[in-house]
Amino acid sequence: MTAHQTIESPAPAETADRAMTGAEIVVRGLVDQGVEVLFGYPGGAVLPIYDALFHEPRLQHILVRHEQGATHAAEGYARSSGKPGVVLVTSGPGATNAITGIMDALMDSIPMVVITGQVPTHLIGTDAFQEADTVGMTRSCTKHNYLVKDVRDLPRIIHEAFKIATTGRPGPVLIDIPKDVQFAKGEYFGPHEVASTHAYNPRTKGEAGRIAEAAKLIAQARRPIFYTGGGVINAGPRASELLREFQALTGAPVTSTLMGLGAFPAADPAWLGMLGMHGTFEANNAMHDCDVMICVGARFDDRVTGRLDAFSPGSKKIHIDIDASSINKNVRVDLPIIGDAASVLEDLIAAWKAAGHQPNKAALSDWWAQIDTWRARQCLNYRASETTIKPQYAIQRLYELTKGRDTYITTEVGQHQMWAAQFYRFEEPNRWMTSGGLGTMGYGLPAALGVQLAHPGALVVDIAGEASIQMCIQELSTAIQFDLPVKIFILNNEWMGMVRQWQQLLHGERYSHSYSDSLPDFVKLAEAYGAVGIRCSDPAELDGKILEMINSDKVVVFDCRVEKHENCLPMIPSGKAHNEMIMGEVEDIGNVIGEAGAGLV
Amino acid sequence: MTNAPAALGSAYDMPTAAQAEQTATFALLVDNEPGVLHRVVGLFAARGYNIESLTVAETDRKSHTSRITVVTRGTRQVLDQIEAQLNKVVNVRRVHDVTRDPNGVERELALVKVRGLGAERVEALRIADIFRAKPVDTTLESFVFEISGAPSKIDKFLDLMRPLGLVEVSRTGVLSIERGLEGM
Repeated sequence: MTAHQTIESPAPAETADRAMTGAEIVVRGLVDQGVEVLFGYPGGAVLPIYDALFHEPRLQHILVRHEQGATHAAEGYARSSGKPGVVLVTSGPGATNAITGIMDALMDSIPMVVITGQVPTHLIGTDAFQEADTVGMTRSCTKHNYLVKDVRDLPRIIHEAFKIATTGRPGPVLIDIPKDVQFAKGEYFGPHEVASTHAYNPRTKGEAGRIAEAAKLIAQARRPIFYTGGGVINAGPRASELLREFQALTGAPVTSTLMGLGAFPAADPAWLGMLGMHGTFEANNAMHDCDVMICVGARFDDRVTGRLDAFSPGSKKIHIDIDASSINKNVRVDLPIIGDAASVLEDLIAAWKAAGHQPNKAALSDWWAQIDTWRARQCLNYRASETTIKPQYAIQRLYELTKGRDTYITTEVGQHQMWAAQFYRFEEPNRWMTSGGLGTMGYGLPAALGVQLAHPGALVVDIAGEASIQMCIQELSTAIQFDLPVKIFILNNEWMGMVRQWQQLLHGERYSHSYSDSLPDFVKLAEAYGAVGIRCSDPAELDGKILEMINSDKVVVFDCRVEKHENCLPMIPSGKAHNEMIMGEVEDIGNVIGEAGAGLV
Repeated sequence: MTNAPAALGSAYDMPTAAQAEQTATFALLVDNEPGVLHRVVGLFAARGYNIESLTVAETDRKSHTSRITVVTRGTRQVLDQIEAQLNKVVNVRRVHDVTRDPNGVERELALVKVRGLGAERVEALRIADIFRAKPVDTTLESFVFEISGAPSKIDKFLDLMRPLGLVEVSRTGVLSIERGLEGM
């Protein structure tokens, strides 16, 4: 019942060139889509494609050590370059291992094309060796997926997959190709020679009337705020430029989600820092008290809103998003604008100028005075120590010693990730790669490999925790094989720090299974892989050793022994509002969150 | 799980209970491809939406489209979210909220088995006639009626058949179309 591709402009002269196997169609399709790098792991059901790759010098294949690593590496590649990440894995366990990274890409809107092998068509449904219902399992964690049953559909599906993955709200698209289809002879058609069989056509241009209304609302605001997210990064560097331009016109403060860091420069005086659960006091209070909120490419995630019925109660909310289903999902907004962040910001600026809008300078000056009182709380302050390395201090030093360079940061998930978001300062988009939506421990190292591939000369640092790093530590071997000199900066406190913190805050200090005994010697581990290992536990030596790490042209594992029981603060506890943050100086921290809050995630 | 959070409103405990729930019928035109029904049903399951009835069949062989009619319940906010989520599915070509359309027509077909003797049997046949239900099978002590109409009409018919010996019901679920000249 599948519709075969319709050919718009058949070119009979080239027919000889078009005849090839399904596997060759895949490889040719990737080349025609501009793919340069793919991350993968061979296996029985993809051998024909690997055979075709053998003869294709234009595609660089990065052999990972686990399929999850392939997907995260593709994410890092995509997020730092704006190009889609491509993954090639085998059937069954190859596909199931890739699922975590596919879901991660869906949650964080990362363009990705995943090609999986499948058992031959006639064996599907027989519980064949390494058979899994890959399209069935990935339906809910892909933007779209395909099972290719006929080689005649293959060229169309490959080109369609790239279009779907990279346009609209980006996301992962999976193509499951049975082995007999890879062997079958077919005809190849290029990206412009195939016609889609479905109606996919995302809207990118915002409605002019609403944009004019939004400009007016912002001009009338007394306490405006920009709340920006990963959508600004996904819309390309132009969106970040336009955000800066529009901010300058309006004079409004800017805060951002975890995914949006870098869209607005941290050095700008209008920058309030990240908002949300571990956001700054000033950002969260400004969100709570604002009268006009301009949400650009963010989705009112629970980590951002805190208690919903107390979320920014007095504000008119403008929501710019390319995904209509993000509108009114968690928070009811007053003025939704569906469109691409760059396109809508451009139109907003034009509408602002055309109407001759001016910000209310007097009101803004009061607003900034209020914000300055919040800033004066110095919410990120922590007790410094001369004897142990405070994790915040480690990130601060890392930032100070790397800021002048061409640096990209990835993270794993946990306390170190939040400290990185709080203390590392980003001036440009695409410099910060982290697993925001899914919160996948193990993301940072493979993602760093992808980033390094996209930016060969750059300094790529994975800020990690000793627990997270062990979830994909095997990718050290990939880093060595492909000479990708990433730096793994482990804040080693021996605990699953965020779990320990929640147990302290919410579970009566019962530290159930959050301590890792028998940790490896990370220096020796690095050396075993052929990397450089550095250990530091003395604050006085930290700068020298960080410099040693960043000046090395090799893969480095940095075991930074930090204070073991430091909490990541400030924090909006579960079930509380933006203006009810726990600050760093609280003594009786175990009693701050009520019993009801403990039931929330 | 721990004690349920009572009065707190986080994303996990959205204050939707206070809003009135309503029934909505969505008509979808979808690409007729393997797995498309699973995409739609899976979306409802994954996001915790109800399905009260579901019908699906190919309607245009030439353009490879099927039509799915799904009846669901939720607050206005949830129904809007369902519509937006359905529109995101790549294989879904059009989503139409039939309930909100004044020109929407909804019909359902049911097969109803009633068992009885004597006066009850006569009464069943008489009521069936009033409802324009058609006997499609009969034995000396039973009927199978075919009835079509708005779901509420079928509900009413079943209510009346229950004391007269209702044995079994099979319903198609709701089908819908718009009045007037234009197609979907």
